[in-house]
Amino acid sequence: MENIAFFFDSIFRYQYLQNAMLAGILVGIICGLTGCFIILRGMALMGDAISHAVLPGVVIAYMWGFSFFLGAVVTGVLTALGIGYISQNSKIKDDTAIGIMFTAAFALGVVLITMRRGTGVDLWHILFGNVLAVSRSDLWMTFSIGILIVICIVLFYKQLLLSTFDPTMAQAVGLPTRLIHYSLMLVLSLVTVASLKTVGIVLVVAMLITPGATAYLLTYQLSTMLLLSVVFGVMSSVIGVYFSFIYDVATGASIVLAASLLFFLSFLFSPKQGLITQKFKHKK
Amino acid sequence: MLDQEAIIKVNNLSVSYNGKIAFSGISFAAAPRQIIGVIGPNGAGKSTLIKAIMGLVQADEGSVEIMSQALTKACKRIAYVPQRNSIDFDFPVLVEDVVLMGRFPHLKWWEFPGKRDYELVMECLEQVDMVDYRKRQIGHLSGGQQQRVFLARALAQEAELFFLDEPFAGIDMTSENMIMKLLKDLRDRGKTLFVVHHDLSKAETYFDSLILLKNKLIAYGKKDEVFQIDRLKEAYDGKVATFPGKEQLMVVNS
Repeated sequence: MENIAFFFDSIFRYQYLQNAMLAGILVGIICGLTGCFIILRGMALMGDAISHAVLPGVVIAYMWGFSFFLGAVVTGVLTALGIGYISQNSKIKDDTAIGIMFTAAFALGVVLITMRRGTGVDLWHILFGNVLAVSRSDLWMTFSIGILIVICIVLFYKQLLLSTFDPTMAQAVGLPTRLIHYSLMLVLSLVTVASLKTVGIVLVVAMLITPGATAYLLTYQLSTMLLLSVVFGVMSSVIGVYFSFIYDVATGASIVLAASLLFFLSFLFSPKQGLITQKFKHKK
Repeated sequence: MLDQEAIIKVNNLSVSYNGKIAFSGISFAAAPRQIIGVIGPNGAGKSTLIKAIMGLVQADEGSVEIMSQALTKACKRIAYVPQRNSIDFDFPVLVEDVVLMGRFPHLKWWEFPGKRDYELVMECLEQVDMVDYRKRQIGHLSGGQQQRVFLARALAQEAELFFLDEPFAGIDMTSENMIMKLLKDLRDRGKTLFVVHHDLSKAETYFDSLILLKNKLIAYGKKDEVFQIDRLKEAYDGKVATFPGKEQLMVVNS
């Protein structure tokens, strides 16, 4: 109890902690929403790939001093296109193409960073986040990306639903399924940029898929799944930031651990599909 | 059949996957207001043929004309009932959500379904006798019920032309009879239906015309013209047996 009181006191006292909390909540919302579609389309690996592939873009942007927003989107989408091109033009399967392309992009990023050692680009912070250094402008950027994603999902809800559930019918009635796919890749790059400071490149995929998967086990409707996923994303961020502040451990990793804990609770105790709940039902 | 305007004209259509030929050189013109069975052995290219007609797979050569229009204009009026095993039945959608998807092609890109759309969903669910199940998740239905839901979705689309991929695979007799009755109703209301089907035993009673396929067009026409032992033998590599005294045909090892 004392810890919680201390935490609240500190939030009102320290600007950096407020920023960290806000950033965490925003990331929870953005990742929660996007993640549902990533899971349902079976693209968890793709999410991991795009988030890693953003690295060279971010590094180049730092080096040449333009918005790392732009750099991230360019390398993210280029990687997605590369993956599609390889799997369509050879007998290489999707997951192999993904593995090849994203490790290549990631390695390029690491080489670029180490080339410019000592220029203020901290590899550790890009990879694992640095939530206590979130600035006002970072918050605004995350907020804008969040608004954009919410608008897109509400506006294109039916297109997303149909093309995810039944891509064949979607294509047959003339939906631009390929455009939807690559737009989602673009959104993935944006989400990664938005989450860069909070959880970092390596762990962002957890924020994408874990809250969504937790929600998936609890509901039979997409709209409810989206809502629950956001709730779990935000909860994970709040819990994670709290523990990281009180026990002085890495914030991004704490957030991800909180999300994982929520998942296992849902996995075991979901009223409809939980492992333990079902065993209990069978015994009755 | 020539006296009627054809609803679909297929001209010298060939499709291949990664260099392997699915079928080649298929040409036919289908008259409207009938149920057309697409039959042939496994791997004959049946599903690929209807997908190519709908423009879902790239053709190597040839052309398709639907309702005397290019495909992009006609696609709203084409309903597709997928093969059941191509659907993820763990997907978080309820029965009524699936049927509502049939209304999406009629809505503008920014529009949400309105009152009329929801009413139509209920009507279509009534037609397939699934109203009581409308709040169920689709994975919690039997195969036949799932198939009826997808048929209701096609009905909600108010299409002219229906493509059904193996609608009778792995479903119970009640559902099969109900679906067949609905398909005949649709035909009597002036619709045209293509049904991919692999079971020869009922082909004669179910369909008005037949397309017999084995990586090329073996025969196309009224069912009696197509349903002949030598033609079937050609399609099924001779694995067709007749029982003496009966007009019944059977496929062996198919």
